[in-house]
Amino acid sequence: MTTTVRLQRERFDAAAESAKLTRGRSDIGAVVTFTGICRGEEAGAPIAALTLEHYPDMAEEEIARHVAEACARWPLLGVTVIHRYGRIVPGEDIVLVVTASSHRQAAFAAAEFLMDYLKTRAPFWKQVEKSGAKNWVAAKDSDDAAAARWRGKAAE
Amino acid sequence: MKIRYFAWVRERVGKPEEEIELPADVATVAELMDWLAGRGEEYAYAFENRTVIRAAIDRTHVRPETTIGRASEIAFFPPMTGG
Repeated sequence: MTTTVRLQRERFDAAAESAKLTRGRSDIGAVVTFTGICRGEEAGAPIAALTLEHYPDMAEEEIARHVAEACARWPLLGVTVIHRYGRIVPGEDIVLVVTASSHRQAAFAAAEFLMDYLKTRAPFWKQVEKSGAKNWVAAKDSDDAAAARWRGKAAE
Repeated sequence: MKIRYFAWVRERVGKPEEEIELPADVATVAELMDWLAGRGEEYAYAFENRTVIRAAIDRTHVRPETTIGRASEIAFFPPMTGG
């Protein structure tokens, strides 16, 4: 079982991270790679950038707790989570989740579970630069609902 | 005890962190927010809508009714918007 959690300012290479998880192994039959990307517009208006603030120690611990929970729920063979912070311009990657398992169901479900929790429980806050002004992004009820549906749900 | 603020809570308070001496009558996270809100205009503004503010004790999410106990670090922040 290989798990990696990394917070960094720098860009990441999703393909290289995925390859790292599977290199030299023949027990992995499925890898799901999710990349969250900074969009160039919000509510019809162009944005200049997103700036992500985070609570360094807690973010790493909180993500690691959810990775451990994903590993307890599904038969995973590897997990990598990378979350960037700092200023990110449209088109750049923000977050990466890679899950590996022998079969696809566990890999898909764990990747979705991890993203739903990253959105609502990992201590990161987005600020959007738009029309020369900086504003904090409001949390979405739909993200809370997405995370809530995993509560009390047994592994499938 | 170290208090840390993030995102707009940090902006409103005007500092990222500070050391405080916890008053003897403050037992829970909610009581700490009440006490902080009474420390001045910037704190009152930061904590004006306490129901939306989230807290963490020693880097773990907690509810407002949680007892502070021997915590070494308490953080206050808005709902998270990562991912």
